[in-house]
Amino acid sequence: MAITREDVVHVARLARLELSDDELERMREQLSAILDAVGKVAELDLEGIEPTAHPLDLVNVLADDEQRPCLTREEALANAPDPEDGFFGVPAV
Amino acid sequence: MTIDTLRLTAEDAMRLLERREVSSSELHAAYLDAAGARDDELHAYLCTVAEPNGDGVPVAFKDVISTKGIETTAGSKILAGYKPVFDATVATRCYDAGLSLLGKTNMDEFAMGSSTENSAYGPSKNPWDPGRVPGGSSGGSAAAVAGGLAPWALGSDTGGSIKQPAALCGIVGLRPTYGTVSRYGIVAFASSLDQVGPLTRTVRDCALLYRIIAGRDACDSTTVELPEPVEIPEAADLKGLRVGVPRQLNEAEGIEPGVADAVARTIALCEELGAEVGGCELPLSVEYGMPCYYLIAPAEASSNLARYDGVRYGYRADVEGDLGTLYERTRHDGFGDEPKRRIMLGTYALSAGYYDAFYGQAQKVRTIIGNEFRAVLEHFDVLVSPTSPTVAFPFGAKTANPVAMYLSDVLAIPPNMAGLPSLSIPCGLSEGLPVGLQLIGPQFSENLLFRVGHALEQAIGFDTVPTRLR
Repeated sequence: MAITREDVVHVARLARLELSDDELERMREQLSAILDAVGKVAELDLEGIEPTAHPLDLVNVLADDEQRPCLTREEALANAPDPEDGFFGVPAV
Repeated sequence: MTIDTLRLTAEDAMRLLERREVSSSELHAAYLDAAGARDDELHAYLCTVAEPNGDGVPVAFKDVISTKGIETTAGSKILAGYKPVFDATVATRCYDAGLSLLGKTNMDEFAMGSSTENSAYGPSKNPWDPGRVPGGSSGGSAAAVAGGLAPWALGSDTGGSIKQPAALCGIVGLRPTYGTVSRYGIVAFASSLDQVGPLTRTVRDCALLYRIIAGRDACDSTTVELPEPVEIPEAADLKGLRVGVPRQLNEAEGIEPGVADAVARTIALCEELGAEVGGCELPLSVEYGMPCYYLIAPAEASSNLARYDGVRYGYRADVEGDLGTLYERTRHDGFGDEPKRRIMLGTYALSAGYYDAFYGQAQKVRTIIGNEFRAVLEHFDVLVSPTSPTVAFPFGAKTANPVAMYLSDVLAIPPNMAGLPSLSIPCGLSEGLPVGLQLIGPQFSENLLFRVGHALEQAIGFDTVPTRLR
């Protein structure tokens, strides 16, 4: 299944991933090859089959509503690349 | 006393500790000495811990497991320098059992790969032949155990990442039933598939380590209580057991003749040990398992890896510009090729216009795979096949072709899609390299897999010490 350069640009944008021109072309070729290999699932007639999201029959696992210890502000910020005044620092949006 | 780290099992080590014939710091030091001697070559560890933090047997963790205050990179540059502020539940359970952390083992970046060649920190080598891959993604854990640099280790398995490296390095690896081991604190790849499990030198060690890590965890709502306690296997026969040989898993294209021979010999051994052996069919699971996996796992990965944005932790690109540019550049610089490919593939499969044809369809195929295994397992207690179609392959053999690399897990993936447990044990050599046998059972049948694995292990008598290190 051939995908176009425009498809790759669009998907990279959705994924918030910068790709160089070389990477775009290589990605186009490789994604096409991978989709050729995996696209065969589309050929099966699966009318009436329920999808499986998860292999266990667990639904709505609830926890008691009680306070438990959580990270301190210092711990939460310990790995931040640019903490500022107790917050995560980022460039202008 | 002299400790032969290549031969000592974790169970032996426990016995020595009980009898006070060795101290935990002597044990810890012996493995670090072995790493000092051999890890320049093997590159199994990304980091080691100098002092033991427990009074029991040492253990190595795949670098996907969060360890408080100890760098945890998941093999990625985007997490370089990241020191978790909490421990994963499996780490806590190991520490509570007295195990001491030897170090963090190398892996394919974000557990995406079958050779460790996708690690941002360079590949690990196979202790049987350093010119060949140890398998992946838990290749560092497998190389550490096979190379005598750890008595046992934890890995993680999404599409074969424990079983395949265990097979390629000639050791035992368990991918547990989905839901039996907590993923709290595990760097997430594909959440409906990820499981943590042991890599060990014997099946009994595997059961011992599984007993430590398994069970419900309030911090992971996808975990469940085990229906029965973990038993350490003792039986030497397979009397009364029905062993199924799925044709498609044993005759798949690409299975090397030497691998097929070793597995066929082991199947004959099952009969000698008293099992009733019969053929069976899994046509759709094998044909569609790999395609189904490579839609579902990348889709989930594209969502899980969205968190690496350079804001809260990990690498941040140095950019002039707005927040969007920061995200895009950080992810461009921080991720290697394979995570980028999977993020793109997954985003594509989930995007408007393709969701139903790819992701939705793959989820239905997953139902079919589950049904097919369930039907076969009504007639058999356990299924057998090769774990990997090939023995360890040379570096670079599959790096240029992603699909060829993906096929390395074609036999390991189908039971994973169904949430079933599977155990890989070494069953012989082909061209001087280990061959792994995959044992598959129903959900929560770990005790049965251990029993069968242990009986076969005793009968096979495989020497787990790599030939060149004997």
